[in-house]
Order: sequence, then C-alpha cells, then structure tokens
Amino acid sequence: MAALIEQERYTCAIGALQTVVAIPRAVPILHSGPGCGTMIKGFFERSSGYAGGDTSPCTNFSEREVVFGGTDRLRSIIKNTYKVLDTDLQVVVTGCTAGIVGDDVASVTDEFLEEGKPIVHVETSGFKSNNYVSHSAVVNAIIDQYVSRFEAENPARSEKKLVNLFASVPYQDQFWKGNLKEYKRLLEGLGLQVNILFSAHSGGVKEWQTIPKANFNILVSPWYGEPIVKHLFQKYQQPWFQFHYLPIGGNETNRFLNAVLAFAKEQDAGLDEEKAQHFIKEEETAYYEELDNLATFLLEFRYGLPNHAHILHDAGYVAGLTRFLLHETGVIPKEQFIVDNVPEKYQNQIRADIQAASDKREIPVYFNPDAGAVQDQIRNLHHAGRGLILGSGWDKELAKEKEYDFLSIACPTPYRIVLTTNYIGYTGGLRLIEDIYNTALASYQ
Amino acid sequence: MSTVNLTIPEVEIREVRLGSVTGFQGTAKELVSACGGCSGKLKDKTRSFSQCLGCGTSNAACTLTLIQDAALISHGPVGCSSCLHEFAFTYRVNAHLRQIDHPTQRKIFSTNLEEKDTIYGGGKKLKETIDEVYKRVHPKAIFVITTCAAGIIGDDVESITNDAEAKLGIPVVAVFCEGFRSKMWTSGFDAGYHGIARKIIKPPVQKRKIINVINFWGTDVFREWFGEFGYEPNYITPFSTIDTLSHSSEAVLTVQACSSLGSYLGAALEQVYGVREIRNSPPYGIVQTDRWFRELGKILNQEETAEKLIQRKKEEYLPKIEALREKLRGKTAYVTAGASHGHSLLALLYELGMKPTGAAIFHHDPIYDNESSDSDTLLHTVSDYGDVENYNVCNKQEFELVNVLNRVRPDILLARHGGMTLWGAKLGIPSLLIGDEHFGMGYEGLVQYGERILETIENDEFVKNLSQHCANPYTDWWLQQEPYTFLGGNF
Repeated sequence: MAALIEQERYTCAIGALQTVVAIPRAVPILHSGPGCGTMIKGFFERSSGYAGGDTSPCTNFSEREVVFGGTDRLRSIIKNTYKVLDTDLQVVVTGCTAGIVGDDVASVTDEFLEEGKPIVHVETSGFKSNNYVSHSAVVNAIIDQYVSRFEAENPARSEKKLVNLFASVPYQDQFWKGNLKEYKRLLEGLGLQVNILFSAHSGGVKEWQTIPKANFNILVSPWYGEPIVKHLFQKYQQPWFQFHYLPIGGNETNRFLNAVLAFAKEQDAGLDEEKAQHFIKEEETAYYEELDNLATFLLEFRYGLPNHAHILHDAGYVAGLTRFLLHETGVIPKEQFIVDNVPEKYQNQIRADIQAASDKREIPVYFNPDAGAVQDQIRNLHHAGRGLILGSGWDKELAKEKEYDFLSIACPTPYRIVLTTNYIGYTGGLRLIEDIYNTALASYQ
Repeated sequence: MSTVNLTIPEVEIREVRLGSVTGFQGTAKELVSACGGCSGKLKDKTRSFSQCLGCGTSNAACTLTLIQDAALISHGPVGCSSCLHEFAFTYRVNAHLRQIDHPTQRKIFSTNLEEKDTIYGGGKKLKETIDEVYKRVHPKAIFVITTCAAGIIGDDVESITNDAEAKLGIPVVAVFCEGFRSKMWTSGFDAGYHGIARKIIKPPVQKRKIINVINFWGTDVFREWFGEFGYEPNYITPFSTIDTLSHSSEAVLTVQACSSLGSYLGAALEQVYGVREIRNSPPYGIVQTDRWFRELGKILNQEETAEKLIQRKKEEYLPKIEALREKLRGKTAYVTAGASHGHSLLALLYELGMKPTGAAIFHHDPIYDNESSDSDTLLHTVSDYGDVENYNVCNKQEFELVNVLNRVRPDILLARHGGMTLWGAKLGIPSLLIGDEHFGMGYEGLVQYGERILETIENDEFVKNLSQHCANPYTDWWLQQEPYTFLGGNF
C-alpha cells in the first residue's frame, strides 16, 4: 500500500457516504468527528444531493465521546433525525474516532430496526480503506440490512429480463449520473430492464428492494464494485457479467453491448436478438455519421491539435479512454497513470487490457496514488507535438507548465461543472470528442 | 493570566481559553451583558440533534496552505486533507490581488494513515514523509497538521517534527488541530497561528515601515490606506512568505479583518514582541471606520493624516451612502456568519438604514486573547446601533437556519460561509455571499456592499423560481417547532 500521497485523487473510506447521497431520498448519518462531512463535501464539491453536505446529521465527536464512547449521542441524533428529516433510508457511517474507540454502532441501529425503521449501519473509518473500496461496503450493507427485508415479495432471479447495474462510484465518477442514465438507455435498447439504483432516474429505495429479482448483474469496472457482485452471487445466486473498463465510443460500446447480449442469452433472458442487433446498428450508424463528418477536421486542421495524451485517472477510465483516444480520435496515448490505489492483484489484468488496445505500440502504464509524484514524472517526459492532459483540477497547473491542452475529467476539480453529461456509450464518445477539441479550439483567440 | 504561551506545543482550544460557546438564543444585548458578568464562563448548550460542523484541521490548513514557499503535511488518513485542494484553487485565482504573477503549485501531502498505523503508530510514516517532502519540494518550512486518528493513537508529532527540524535545518512545525478537540473550527486558526508564532516569527531586530494585516485573501485595500501614512501592509498569512512572516514582529502594529480570525496571533505579537494591536473593531460602517482610522493615526502618531483621510473619503462617499440609504431604508436582513465578521455585517446593515431581523452567528467569544473589553466587537455594534433581536449562536446548523428563515422571511439573507445561501434561495429569499472579507471595509466598502445588497434584492427572479421547484428534506413538523427546540436539552 501507498506511503505518503501528494494531491490525493480519492478520499478515505467515509467518502462512501456519497454512495448514500446518490440514492434518492436517502440520508447518511455520520458517527464521526466534526470535520469529516466538510472534508468530503469539499473534495467532491456540488455534491449535497437530497440530504448530504451540511444537511447530513452528525454526532460531531468531541473529547467527551472519545473518552466515554459516543453511542448515547448517536442514539439521540438518530432519534431526532426521524423528527427533523423526511427520508426513505438512513445509513449510519462511522469515522476514525468511532472506529478507534470501538463504539458498538449495531447495538444502537438495532433499536431502530426493531421499530421497523429503514436503517443501516456500515463501518467506514477513514483509515480502513478508501472510498473506492468502501463504496462496495456501503452497497453490501444496504443489501444485507435493508434489501433483504423485502425478499418475500422479490424472489431471487424471478425476472428474466431484469439486471442490476454496478458501473460507477457515485460522485467519484463525476459523470455517474449521465453514465448510469446512458447505460440504462443502451441496455433497455437490448430489451433488458435495468436497476441503476442511483440518481433521479432510478426508482430510489423501491428499486433497491427489487435487487434480488434480477436475473444477473452487470459490473463495469476493473476492480471496484467486485465485492458487490460476488456478494449477490452468494446471496441470490445471481451470476455477473463483468466489463473491465468504461465503454467509450463506437468500438467499445459495440463490444460491450454484444457481450451483454451473449451473456443474457446464456442466462435465458429471452431477449429478441434481432431487435437488439437492430438497436446496436442504429446507434452505431448514428455515431459513425458524426465521426465521418468530423474526420476532415481531425485530419486537416492546419493550426495544431493535440497528437498525444497522458491520462491521470482511475483504472476504469484510463483503460476506456486509452482505447477510445487511439482508435476513435487518433490521439496517441503515451504514458498513462492510474491513481486509484488499485490492489496489486488486479494490476496485471488492467495492464493487459490497456496493452490490448494496440498490437503494434507499447503503452506504458504506471500505478501510483501519489499523484504529486506522477506529476513530477510527467514533467520529465517529452514527446514531439502538442500534448493533452486528461485529469483532475490539480493537473491544470501541470498542463500550463508543459503548455499542453487540458481537460478536467476527474476528482477533485474546481475547474469544471459536471451535471448530467455522460462519457460512456456512443453519445459519451461524441461528447468527449466535443470536449477535447473544443478545449483545443478555445486556445485560438 | 495571558492566553499566549509560545513555549508549549499546543494552544488551548477556544472553549477553554476564551470560554467561547456554540449555543445561545436571545438578543445581542443579552449575550453581551451575559458575557460582561460571566468573566469568560458563559454556559454553553449542547444540541440533541446536530449536523456536520467543520473542524480545526481545515482551518489550520487555511492559515498555512497559502504561504508561498511552505509545504503542508496532513498527518492522518487520506480523507483528512480531502478538501484542501480548494485552497490551491484560491491561491491560484487570487494571487493577482497580491501582485503575484506566477502562482506556484500548492504542496499538500497526506501521510495516508492506514489501519496498521493505528495499531503500530504512524510516527515512522510521518518521519519518512517529512524527508520525502523536503526532497521533493525544498520548502522554506514544513507544517504538519494533526487529525483525529493521529491524536487518538498518540503519535509524538512534536518530537518527530523537532528532530526533523534539527536534521533539515528548516522550521518543521507541528500544528495540533485534531477535529474532536474543539466544537469550534476556529480553534484551527489559533493552532495554525500558534505554530507560526512559536516557530516562524523571529524576535525583532529593527522596526520596519509595515503594518501586519491578519486576514484571508481579500482585495488589497490596505495598501492604499496605509500608503497615506507611509506604511505597507504585511499580510498574514495568505500570500506571505516564510521570510515576511518571520519579520512580522518588526511591524509597528497589527490590524485584523476579523477578530475571530486573528485574536490569538494579534495578542501573541503584542504580548511577546510588543507589536501593538488596534483595539477597535475592524472598519465596517462609518462609525467604526472613523474610530479605526483615528486609532491608526494615533498609534502611528499621524492623527492629522487620519483626519484628512476621513474627511476626504467622507466627502466622496457620504452622498453615495445617503442615496443607498434612501433605497434600502426599512428593508430587512438576516445574517449568518462567523462571529466577529457577523458583528461587522450587522453594523453595515444598520448603516445602510436596513433592519437586521436576526442573526445566526457560528460561535461567540466572550473576550478575545488580548483580554481587553475595548475589543468586544458585538458590544461595539450594540452600543453604536442598538440591540439585535433573534441573535443566536449556531454553529452552521442548517436545520435551525432553515426553520428561522422560514419564519422571519427577510428581504435578504447575508451569509459568509459556503452552503448557507442555498437555504435562503430555496425559500425564495434573495441571498448574498461576499467572499472577499475586505469588500465592505471603509466608506467605499459601505457603498460597494450596499450596491450589491440592492442588486441582490432587485434580481430575485432566480430564487423565486428555485423556491417553486427545489427539494426540501425537512419535515413539516420541524418547520413548525421553535427553532431552538434541540438546544440545551439533555440527550
């Protein structure tokens, strides 16, 4: 695991409180020190949702709770949360203070559980892990402590066409809302019904209740989120289909949808394959019509466009973007930097996935959450032509130093507002092309 | 007894040092008189429902991250420095206000404490991090801010930093600001300033023609003002350097943009190095601005310069102020802000002919570190303009603010910390946050602020529309309760 980190690109375990915020009308209750909520809010920015940010209840550990324990205070805060806030699901997340002093949080939430309250608890002490990891812990806790209460009405694997999708760590993936909505549209185009579980386009807690009914699960991720689909396999015998990186643009979205289609067939989902293929074809045609129109610009623009790129992002984005840039824009991916602290056991597979993007060029990949060190490495790299950096707000300074184009696509970033933009799928690829080349064109003044 | 002791690593938190509180309900006058007789022992009240606060560690970072040539290490899990990138942005975008053409990248590190470190200790990691940071950045000083986890596991941060300082030959400063220690995030300011006072500021060699300004990153208004007296501002700490900070003991006096911010450092500079501190409230509103310039003139022995400046500025700005008063007279406003700056905003409102219908002020210091009742900023506001009804001390508890705003429905909400204006807007109340703490200062500031208030009240189409469509997570039950229902009860 990493030693020091300069310019962190993710946050600690309690950052997964944003996973709760992403569920409509759910509230995280922080059993933590007074600053944890502010730190998380400040990291993601514009991320309050329905009852996150300054709205979230918090026990605000003081010296007294550190010495005597904070369960009494937690009980009082939860009790009054029901009076003050109108919410559908309450998830108690814990900070370092509660973790180190060893508060028995379950004993408190159990009291409310007995009253039938939709309450869940999960340990997210900051030192335990990071938000990529604890996202899965939060989802699994909701499945075990909330979803499981509705199993009688939602028998396991009883809907052949229904799937659960796990594809984004909400807020950490800035494009989560748009991405989830686009996955839903694409998968529905194949004839599936899709639980996306997060954002206004999900059905909120009602949708969560139907998780067991799904025929299978889809995981779009190289590593994070894997504990969720493994857990669901054990709990409801749902098999899962995994796509290891983000499908961005025509080639990879085709590959993704065809692979899902094949998997659905194995699971007897009963899809109309002809209709599904027709959908894929139509999307693909529309996509390449745009690329066709654009190609002259890409090939002939005389005043300079980026010809190579470095990406600083998590493994799913780096792998997806690398393939996309190389094959669908002609921008050559040079050294790539994966900054989400990927556990070692996944690194070879990720490296292989990225290398498989090309059979003739080597794409060096570095894993390092110490993004400050990564920047120093990039400072010492030199390639001919105009460069492009895709990264977080921190990298804008680096891009300026190197006189590269810069597009902000990762956390944390004060330089870009993302609302419902998607980067996955056919439309996401087109949007990314617009963003990259509009950035380049904006340099001409 | 003095609250300043630079020989110990840790400054006491505000609750203990100043008797500060985070819960009070009443009027401004009641609070002032309660404090007058309480000798720093105003009884605080706890809440049986509370929302996320804010903690000392980010406020300590606020005083340290924007020093041009220092590096910052957060000794804790990676989350405890998550929001500090915001200071990097501030530094970059506001650098031009301090004549810095090429702002350098902020150097912010986390020791990234993990579970095994909470068992075996994080000291080794901290040592290695300090060495690596020195190698990577070659800063003029390294500040180490502490976190809850580091505090509870008991790492000896003071010894480690002292050893590193001896080894590296630059100041390596431990700043103790664990979140759980204080209910007042402003304790973090004190912690940062204590670190600067004990390890960066050097004893004076010769007086310089500089005046210390303890502030954030506001516009450079002091340069023009002090220029008339033949002095330059020495800004502390944003955009300072380790060198300029080290000489702040050689200034002729210290002024503050906000007494809640600079209380401790102002007192430390005066008590330890004899740098006088302006006792009067900061220059917000005509009455205070008059007093402030006069005190400035007196200390600098240039009373005539001060009088001329006051006269000239008044000739220029009083007619404009009068015109604004005509338009704003009788309009109501609600204020939510950090303590002393909130008192300043209330003065501004009165000066503009408006009526403050209440305030939610984040904490209250019954006295500041200079232990002088001449510096009581709330007392100044009350005695200059009269009482303020519904004056409540509320540490950013959104649920209370929503409840109050829903009742008082002022013509405008003035806020001074991020997140609070949203609730004004959701209720259809024009809401204004001015980020530049110097914006309302002086006679010209009163005009600027008044114009912004007027503009905000007039341009209410957005908030009116938003109020028709946005989500409200608060229950009807709650909105019908007294706003301070959960204050003072025993949980």
